Amino acid sequence: MKTISMCVLMCLTAGVVRADWLQFRGPNATAVSTDAKVPADDLKIAWTADLPGRGLSAPIVVGERVFVTCSSGPGQETLHVFCFNAADGSKRWERAMRSTGRTMTHNKTCVAANTPCSDGDRVFALFSSNDLFAFDLDGNLLWLRGLTFDYPNASNSLGMSQSPVVMDGTLVVQSENDSESFVAGLDVATGRNKWKLERPKAANWTSATVWKNTVALQSSKGILAVEPATGKTVWDYSDGASTIPSSVGTGDVLYAASHGITALAPEKGSVTQLWRNEKLNSGTASPLVLGDAIYVVNGAGVLIKANVKNGDEAWKLRMKGPFSGSPVAAGKRIYIVNERGIFQVIDPEAPEGKVLKEIELKETVLTTPAISGGAIYVRSDAKLWKLQ
Amino acid sequence: MKSSLVCLFALAAVSLQAAADLSKPIEVLRAVQKEGQGNEAAGKAWQEIVKADAATLPEVLKGMNGANPLAENWLRTAVGVIADEALKAKKLPVPALVAFLKDTQNSPGARVVAFDLIHRADEKLAEELTPTLLEDPSADLRRHPVAKLIEAGDVALEKKDNAAAIVAYGKGLGGARDEDQIKVLAKKLRGLGQKVDLPKHFGFLMSWKMIAPFSNADRAGFDTVYPPEKELKFDAVYEGKTKEAKWVDFTSTDEYGKIDFNKPFGMEKSVVGYAATDFFSTEDRPAEIRIGCKDGWKVWLNGELLFARDEYHRGAKLDQYKLPCQLKKGKNTILVKCCQNEQTEQWTVEWEFQLRVCDATGTAIVAAK
Repeated sequence: MKTISMCVLMCLTAGVVRADWLQFRGPNATAVSTDAKVPADDLKIAWTADLPGRGLSAPIVVGERVFVTCSSGPGQETLHVFCFNAADGSKRWERAMRSTGRTMTHNKTCVAANTPCSDGDRVFALFSSNDLFAFDLDGNLLWLRGLTFDYPNASNSLGMSQSPVVMDGTLVVQSENDSESFVAGLDVATGRNKWKLERPKAANWTSATVWKNTVALQSSKGILAVEPATGKTVWDYSDGASTIPSSVGTGDVLYAASHGITALAPEKGSVTQLWRNEKLNSGTASPLVLGDAIYVVNGAGVLIKANVKNGDEAWKLRMKGPFSGSPVAAGKRIYIVNERGIFQVIDPEAPEGKVLKEIELKETVLTTPAISGGAIYVRSDAKLWKLQ
Repeated sequence: MKSSLVCLFALAAVSLQAAADLSKPIEVLRAVQKEGQGNEAAGKAWQEIVKADAATLPEVLKGMNGANPLAENWLRTAVGVIADEALKAKKLPVPALVAFLKDTQNSPGARVVAFDLIHRADEKLAEELTPTLLEDPSADLRRHPVAKLIEAGDVALEKKDNAAAIVAYGKGLGGARDEDQIKVLAKKLRGLGQKVDLPKHFGFLMSWKMIAPFSNADRAGFDTVYPPEKELKFDAVYEGKTKEAKWVDFTSTDEYGKIDFNKPFGMEKSVVGYAATDFFSTEDRPAEIRIGCKDGWKVWLNGELLFARDEYHRGAKLDQYKLPCQLKKGKNTILVKCCQNEQTEQWTVEWEFQLRVCDATGTAIVAAK
């Protein structure tokens, strides 16, 4: 009995790790699935669900539920949070709210640009208008915030896209812009501030990296790693970083989107630079680390593979671009969708890299896929697809 | 007979109880404030409300009247949950929602929700109600009849009935408050040889006194208090950044009311300019000053700072910022500070703003003179 219970517990524990894709770029914002079940190479569209509004936010997956946000209306003032059944794409629930902050954005982006995140029990949906909602998995509203209602100059007329992350009971929300720029740690149960820090007064579209019990906040100034519970600085790298692609941390190394890629080995209070390759220059897409290689998509839509130990380039593969979304990976495959909706499966172990398969989604896609349970979820301004 | 009466009494008592019970949780939701204050209690109150019967929907909607935008969202989502269940069970109280919609004392946001629910339950009824919304206090609700009038005008045009098209488009323009619809209607009317006065329709303030260039080196001018913030002496001359700063008269000819500092003062960089004008109100009244500007800016009304924004060259649009204010009867002085930064890219040339005075619906307030 005890053995069975242990097995059940292990399976359940493994189950959480196995299937969930809880934030922008999935587990620890690495963009690499930890799921034992990887998507098969003969991917097809399993189902399609209609969406009523625009969105650059990525889907997230919690168990058998897929969550997506949208914005609709003439000024994008209506904010939607959807929950779909992963199995068949049927809608479990939908909630519609109204923006309390500014909804102006560049035409290419929209108000539903920030990817929601989850701690497994709650879903936190942030929008470019700085409206933030916490729901339980069944759609019960737990709390809400209007961060521009709270802090009236916190907005960016081009739109904001920083995706929140959740760690150890704290939701870390960035609203970094030219004016009232800040990051805050919120209590996941109440939405109240645990802490709030001023951030550089400069527009910033990067998202935090969850890495080694810290939340690494990237900006044009560099990367500041803080304790999620307190906001206290753990280490600070101040040599500048990108304001569009985000960094990735794996093992003991943080691969910073800074001067191309700069590999950092931060310890408490200090940061050691391991290597830097300025040619590994990401366009809009964030890098990912898979095995012993780091992969970067440059502004020309070329996938560059480099050695994770020294940054040396291995090969370049021209893909069908352009890309706004980031690549994700599972098993031995990398997945990415271009702006024209061409979903591409890449074999990174082929000698020069190889595009194995393309699926035409026939819609503009500006976002990053999610991977869970051997399936891949992709969204456009009008549709959510499950590929399996 | 006796047992029926008992049943009725019991049902009435239950429904009265339900009504009485909702007033408290609704008040809890209405009490939420900035920075998450009241969230804990609101979460529990929300759970109570969403269990209520569909008949309570008008009451929950009424809770949105006068509520702050955060409370409105708590109530809006609660209405959504109750309504989803009611629609599935075909128990949406449509007549009560129509009555709620028709009472324009109810808040525009709540009435938009009511109309959407009516539309989901009975599309034909929503269509019938649509023409009555042309002069509605809600700009969102006005969109529906304006869209219908655009369609009607297009149909008339197809039939080569220009007169009918002009009537439909003209009526639509009269009701339209959103820029996208106004643009469409203005283009169609002009195509039919009609004159459209967009500055008047929007209520742009076109004539200003302007002064520049004060320094905005290192963007420090944004917070520097230059003489126009202390005194409006239109014959005064001050030391400027590159030359003497003097007041000049400027009247915009742009139909979107752009007040362009580059025109009287040249394409300066790292500079601050001011523009002042008087707006004569026929009465004491609430209003909105709406500004669009891609430079750093501050706006004062009768010496009171309404808002300040230090963002540069991220884009501008009509009604980008809505500043609620109180006009007094007679003269109201509006002062705008407009700061140009040091950027030299082609897309950072603009040193301008557009400003209008309107009510909360976006209807231009006509000046007394």
